[in-house]
Amino acid sequence: MLLATQYLGLSLKTPLVASASPLNAKLDNLRRLEDAGAAAIVLPSLFQEQIEAEASAREARTEAYADSSPEAQSYFPAATAGPYGLGPDRYLDLVRRSSEAIAIPVIASLNGSSLAGWIDYARQIAQAGAAALELNMYHVPTDLLESGCDVEARYTEIVEAVCSSITLPISVKLTPYLSSIGHFAATLVERGAAGLVFFNRLLHPEIDLLRMKLSDRLDLSQPSELHLPLLWIAILAGRTRASLAVSTGVATVDDVVKGLLAGADVVMTTSALLRHDIDYMGTLTRELRQWMEEREIASLADMRGMMSWQRSRDRSVYTRANYLRILEGYTA
Amino acid sequence: MADLADQWMSDGLENIWGNVPVVQEMQSEGGAAGAVHGALQSGALTTTFTASQGLMLMLPNMFKIAGELTSTVFHVASRSLATSALSIFGDHADVMAARTTGFALFCSASVQEAHDSALIAQMATLEARVPFLHFFDGFRTSHELNTLELLGDTEIRSMIDDRLVRAHRGRALSPEHPFIRGTAQNPDTFFQAREAVNPYYAAVPGIVESAMERFGGMTGRHYHLFEYDGDPDAERVLILMGSGAETVRATVAALRASGEKVGVIQVRLYRPFSVAHLLEALPASVRGIAVLDRTKEAGATGEPLFQDIVTGLACAVGRGERATMPLVIGGRYGLSSKDFTPAMAKAAFDELKTDKPRTGFTLGINDDVSHTSLAIDDTYMIEKDDVTRAVFYGLGADGTVGANKNSVKIIAEDAGLYAQGYFVYDSHKSGAQTISHLRFGPEPIQAPYLIAQAGFVACHQFVALERQDLLRVAAPGATLLLNVPYPATEIWDRLPRPVQQTIIDRKLRLFVIDASAVAREVGLGARTNTILQTCFFAISGVLQRDKAIGHIKEAIRKTYARKGQAVIDKNFAAVDGTLARLSEITIPAAVTSDRERPALVPASAPEFVRMVTARIFAGAGDEIPVSLIPADGTFPAGTSAFEKRNISDTVPAWREDLCVQCGQCSFVCPHSVIRARYYNEERLAGAPASFKSAPVNARGYPEARFTLQFYVEDCTGCGLCVEACPETSLREANTKAINMADKQPLLEAERANIAFFETLPVNDRARVDFADVRGVQFLEPLFEFSGACGGCGETPYLKLLSQLFGDRLQIANATGCSSIYGGNLPVTPWTKDAEGRGPAWSNSLFEDNAEFGLGFRLAADKHLSLALSLLVCLAPKIGIDLAEAIAKALQIQESEIRAQRIRVAQLKTRLLGLDDPLALDLLSVIDHLVRRSIWIVGGDGWAYDIGYGGLDHVLATGRDVNVLVLDTEVYSNTGGQASKATPLGAVAKFAASGKRTARKDLALQAIAYGNVYVAQVAMGANPQHTLQAFREAEAYDGPSLILAYSHCIAHGIDMRFGMKQQDLATASGYWPLFRFNPMMRTIDENPFRLDSPRPRIPLRAYAYNELRYSSLASTHPEAADALLAQAQAAVNEKYRQYEELASRDGSRFHPDVRPERQEAVRPKRAVKPETDARHELPVLAAGQ
Repeated sequence: MLLATQYLGLSLKTPLVASASPLNAKLDNLRRLEDAGAAAIVLPSLFQEQIEAEASAREARTEAYADSSPEAQSYFPAATAGPYGLGPDRYLDLVRRSSEAIAIPVIASLNGSSLAGWIDYARQIAQAGAAALELNMYHVPTDLLESGCDVEARYTEIVEAVCSSITLPISVKLTPYLSSIGHFAATLVERGAAGLVFFNRLLHPEIDLLRMKLSDRLDLSQPSELHLPLLWIAILAGRTRASLAVSTGVATVDDVVKGLLAGADVVMTTSALLRHDIDYMGTLTRELRQWMEEREIASLADMRGMMSWQRSRDRSVYTRANYLRILEGYTA
Repeated sequence: MADLADQWMSDGLENIWGNVPVVQEMQSEGGAAGAVHGALQSGALTTTFTASQGLMLMLPNMFKIAGELTSTVFHVASRSLATSALSIFGDHADVMAARTTGFALFCSASVQEAHDSALIAQMATLEARVPFLHFFDGFRTSHELNTLELLGDTEIRSMIDDRLVRAHRGRALSPEHPFIRGTAQNPDTFFQAREAVNPYYAAVPGIVESAMERFGGMTGRHYHLFEYDGDPDAERVLILMGSGAETVRATVAALRASGEKVGVIQVRLYRPFSVAHLLEALPASVRGIAVLDRTKEAGATGEPLFQDIVTGLACAVGRGERATMPLVIGGRYGLSSKDFTPAMAKAAFDELKTDKPRTGFTLGINDDVSHTSLAIDDTYMIEKDDVTRAVFYGLGADGTVGANKNSVKIIAEDAGLYAQGYFVYDSHKSGAQTISHLRFGPEPIQAPYLIAQAGFVACHQFVALERQDLLRVAAPGATLLLNVPYPATEIWDRLPRPVQQTIIDRKLRLFVIDASAVAREVGLGARTNTILQTCFFAISGVLQRDKAIGHIKEAIRKTYARKGQAVIDKNFAAVDGTLARLSEITIPAAVTSDRERPALVPASAPEFVRMVTARIFAGAGDEIPVSLIPADGTFPAGTSAFEKRNISDTVPAWREDLCVQCGQCSFVCPHSVIRARYYNEERLAGAPASFKSAPVNARGYPEARFTLQFYVEDCTGCGLCVEACPETSLREANTKAINMADKQPLLEAERANIAFFETLPVNDRARVDFADVRGVQFLEPLFEFSGACGGCGETPYLKLLSQLFGDRLQIANATGCSSIYGGNLPVTPWTKDAEGRGPAWSNSLFEDNAEFGLGFRLAADKHLSLALSLLVCLAPKIGIDLAEAIAKALQIQESEIRAQRIRVAQLKTRLLGLDDPLALDLLSVIDHLVRRSIWIVGGDGWAYDIGYGGLDHVLATGRDVNVLVLDTEVYSNTGGQASKATPLGAVAKFAASGKRTARKDLALQAIAYGNVYVAQVAMGANPQHTLQAFREAEAYDGPSLILAYSHCIAHGIDMRFGMKQQDLATASGYWPLFRFNPMMRTIDENPFRLDSPRPRIPLRAYAYNELRYSSLASTHPEAADALLAQAQAAVNEKYRQYEELASRDGSRFHPDVRPERQEAVRPKRAVKPETDARHELPVLAAGQ
């Protein structure tokens, strides 16, 4: 049985990829993921803002009291203020060492906050030996003057700038909150994106009623979140040269299969691994194989995109008409 | 120096033989000297660095090292010794105290010389076998930035003779060829042994001279033992050592240019003192010599160098080696880094011209008591016009000094000019003023004195103009840069009249910028350093403007390369934004302001505060005459209340409607700026409209009001109170009962509110519940407004101490942060109450504090015993009832203390009416009849390291002393060196790659004695527990030890969350709270109480909020992981040990071994924690 697939020009032994997760920051976990059958691994994102904020915080804490007392010109050993350990060093080390430690492709992930940052960090990641780079696009347009076009232009500019500055294959992890995802996806591919990942999740602030404060909240994705990526994978499958990846809401092998049927080249999961364990990657692989065996499907190519828009006999299910039908057929 | 050496070791930097020297931190300089001695005796090339008190601790070993003719060089940044006061600044007191050790004393005068002499001394000691003490002026040389030619490894290599190194090794102890060194000798041989070394000392001058020649041949920098500069036929000569010699040399050049026949001798090799070389250097024509010593030897016929010169010359003249004996006078200058200027050098030369030159004179002070000072012509200046001189006034936290160091580097390294930077700081740890003195020029800068006339003056903190005459250093036509929080159009009118007048009179050019606004705009937060540095380069003319900006940008690129392009861009934007926002103000022809600088202290302040303290505030301490300075180091308490530094723009504001009056905020306030009082509502009559109050929320006081008053001018804006406030509004987002607010709009109203608040009566201590945090807020703090860091973790404990026991408290304070913010002039934060009582505080040394405090106890016990026996004798005269009541008084509760005070006052009145010498005797010790609370306070550097032996001994004496360790787990005051309290895995200096050993468990060690009350507390984790421990410790009639977790800037935390970090420390199990109360044994209970719950968060969740742990995860991720795992295991195990201890039954502890105090006359005190059970009292048999 052929589970092999291509993603971003990389040959993968299966379509199962471990998406960006804090688990993937440890070499031991990466080795375990490889052993469990992951075909590729996306490292956790390098967050430009975080790195710069950490560097600033470190600078503030080391320098705030420096040179202000005759007795003490500083309060920390010189190495505390760098140079090593400031900026992306640790991340680049992770890229370098994970690429050396495991045989499967290591895909780095980058979340920039300035155009210069995207380019600069992308270059450094490429030099560190990543097999590919995923651009983790995350932007909440709180500025009411920023239009949808502005948002798209912003993303496009970044993708074009990064793609033209490094030769590594680039995938783009998108937000679902765009007006015309298909058109936009095509634009990104035109500007150099080799793959599209559906979707990034926006983390919503929580309101703490007790303290009357906003706080961060991080929930694992739920299976219900799979529907939106499936929709867009299905619409794009076969109609773009870019690799397609599902990455939200994948909890069980059924979800994996759905992703592939919709037309994904790879299916990514984090939440399932966090919920179960890293070894769950092995379960998913085994169960995928089993599913295909039961249906005597010999290769992924035979099933991929089977349920896509392009190959659908009744495309109206992907359109608004379907929405009306569901409402009409709904009985309380 | 040691910090750098440690860093080099950590970086693996190799020496000239290709190996990495070992750097070992010791518990004290005494320990360091012992280790050096041992390493030397084992054949290693070994050195150490020290200064001041540290050198004193090395003295015993130095005698040994010299006595055994051991090659080594000690490098000393020479500093003052503590006498009537400690001073960390520079003079030769320490080295002069070491001059009998047998070490050769070798002095450098400049940064370059110090560098070169280190090698010359090493060359010489290897050949001479006499050890060398190489010294240079602390601060003036050790902290000056100056252009320097560094010796390369190859050059150093060529100067060191390996045969001598091998010979040194050959003299080492070895079982392969054993010998005995370090014998004891008797009257028959010891004397001869001392004389046997003479040939070695005799050879030293020649050896040093030849080393200097070899060195000069290699580098072109030629030195001599006695360096003469001046007229070959000079008539008047100054002789001195150290940086002052450079000043005199420049003065001599200027005086010669005006025709004076003068010269100077700089002494480099002071011991062994070579008269022959002196004679060689001194022109025969000299008729008068003034010897300048940077030290004072009270009671001597003159200071050390003076005496040597006089003796040397007299002997030479007597032997006919010199024809005439010149007149020699001696004087003192520059103590504790007092500036030594060309004008002072000239004054000494001028003195030699007078009919009767005085000896024993002083330079640079106004001695109106003994009239030793020479008149100085302050207008005499010799600086050249081609030198750019710039003075910058900044604040410690604003980065001014850092930026100026960077400017020095840019100008010296990139622009190829010579540069000098010297930085003066005040003693506050928060909001300290910094003054940077920078010189740049085409020739080497040899001017080791402060700038008196600057062509560029920058004031980075506008408010400073209101407090001090900063323009006194502005030369006519100088450029003045002000950082102002106002639009340029408003600036002129906002300047006080004297500032406007000076600007007009001296024709200054005025440039202004709102650097904070630029910083905010470009996203640099509060860091204005790049912006103000850019201003300097743009308008000072030190470099051509465009080039200068290019240099700054290059420096930014280098500095921030690792932090990403965005950070670089931000700083570039700051540079560009600066140039756009910098504007020059057109100076009006006449003054427009009639506003004078406000008085720094009110006219009603005590005379001492007006005459002394206020002048120090104004930056004019140098002008205070000798007559106004206490001769014995005794200063008035409580002067910090006059300072009103206004260092924070944001201050807490009270929401009386939300407040639950819990007292948590004032409990944690490190600066005692939150005061609570309750009072009858009628008192509100006449209150300012803005004065806030709320009904007291305790039941049963319907007519009582409560006010929380913030002393906003003294607040550092740390925010600990806001974080401690438990009350959150149910209706408003992010609103608590205390919220930070902009100060400016509140200031005037709050001044009036504070004035009114102070008219409210202080709450009666006897009616306050001491046992509850809520009650403690009503106790007046007698430790207030110290200069400690904003959000300091130590000072809340000291404040609590002062609240609980302040009026009968006597404190021995180890040197460290707490002695600096506790007693560094100009202000004294330990204060007194309305009755004039308050903590009596003293600092002896660093190493001896426990012993010092024990001395307090011994004296107090003796005096109490004396008072009681006198009471017995005098009882018939003063009334048996009163005498008995006093002797029997139980003084546990505050009400009992108050009652005793009333009785003692009665006694005093009766004694004053008696004509009896015994009555006078009793009056002299009568204070002890009120129970005295003796506390020994210090940091972990003292308790765990340097003072550990003494502390251990004091605890073992069983005497009633209370020890409070303000445990920051690191040497905070000196800049974050590891102590034995530093935890496993934390980074500190001397533990740059994370400390590899566990923190010492001082608590368990003390518990092992069985009779020591021990508590481990963390105010942020449980304030009530802290309060309970303090009270139990004080009540316990024996030694007590409290380890108090003190968050610190050296932990690398956001200080606002300091108390939360304490809570996390306890929650993680790293810092469990417990009490060991030996009194529990008397009721057969377990004395060990574990007071905090089992660990409920991982260590990481606490530790990684702190840079001391988290930075290792960045720099050495794997080591950090491993250390964290070990530290977690250690925490788990330690907690299990404590838990096991807490679960034993009482019989499994050491019995109560406190000595039966039959001999003690005073009553025993109740110490049982919960029940206040009281002991039987000995009854006074009056008249027996």
